[in-house]
Amino acid sequence: MNTTAIFINVFAIGCLIFIFIKDRTKTKQALTVALKSFFRILPIVLIIIIFIGLLLGFVPQNQISKIVGEQAGFSGVLVVALLGAFLHIPSLISFPLAASLLKSGASITSIAVFITTLTMIGVVTLPLEIRELGKKMAFLRNGISFIIAIIIGIIMGAIL
Amino acid sequence: MKDYDKEKRHKERDIKQDSILLGVTLIITIVLLSIFPDKREAVITKSWEFFIEMILILPAVIVLMGIFSVFVPKEMVVKYLGKTAGIKAVFLGILMGALPTGPLYVAFPMASALLKKGAQISCIIAFLSAWACIKIPQELVELQFLGAKFMAARLILTIIFVVIMGILIERLIEWNDKKESKSIGGKDDASI
Repeated sequence: MNTTAIFINVFAIGCLIFIFIKDRTKTKQALTVALKSFFRILPIVLIIIIFIGLLLGFVPQNQISKIVGEQAGFSGVLVVALLGAFLHIPSLISFPLAASLLKSGASITSIAVFITTLTMIGVVTLPLEIRELGKKMAFLRNGISFIIAIIIGIIMGAIL
Repeated sequence: MKDYDKEKRHKERDIKQDSILLGVTLIITIVLLSIFPDKREAVITKSWEFFIEMILILPAVIVLMGIFSVFVPKEMVVKYLGKTAGIKAVFLGILMGALPTGPLYVAFPMASALLKKGAQISCIIAFLSAWACIKIPQELVELQFLGAKFMAARLILTIIFVVIMGILIERLIEWNDKKESKSIGGKDDASI
């Protein structure tokens, strides 16, 4: 078990003890919510984990880095940005997926862009967003998010 | 209440769909690995590595999400954000977006309620963006898989650009509204 995992678990247990002392009924409620969402998210977690195995096992590294690596340049960044905007998977799962891409030759810039567009932009949920917030705000938010995702990625690539 | 029922049904359908998808993925994997037995070891080792890394933190992350969802109710978020103004509202929007849990589409009705209450647009944009990509449990998963440097850099950059984006969108919408009110009675539908 690495230090990060220990830190996360200690943090969660600490929070749990703290709220247990404060409010027992709410703690029970929180744990019920947690248990339900654990089972709800489990299938997609397993799908992504299998997908990562297939990706790393079957697709050669230089192939991945050709599409989303350093030598792919700006078009590679654009491809992952669009992929992130159209994919509709829970953000929790985007990190292991991004880590596997990084291991297999993707650039820092492209995975930072991928995570940002995946979480911030939702083409699938756009109709819902338009209904709730109006066309103007929905298009501006998604459009400008796309641009800042690329800027964030480029800066990340330069500093890391 | 009606909306809640709809949401619940939506979730139930999702889990069924995901389970079917998992079954299909498993079948495809088994077929692939029996056609290419030499890849078997690599695929299984890699999947196992990621599975272990995930299962070590997933329960903790999910428990934290449960805690936030019970202790930071939606009504409270809407109440606080609705009455704050200025640049403070933008940062409060980020904070309030980072605490509760759930997919982004859960936040749209909340943002809509805020809009109706007359909250600042920059604050609503900051809230939505933070909800989307800087949730605390989510950041912990990022820490585990991509490391502290990556997480911190992305977090700081995201906050900076979300603030800029919020203010920019607010200006754009106000500017557009002003233009529209000047040309009132004209071709309103052509505004977007």
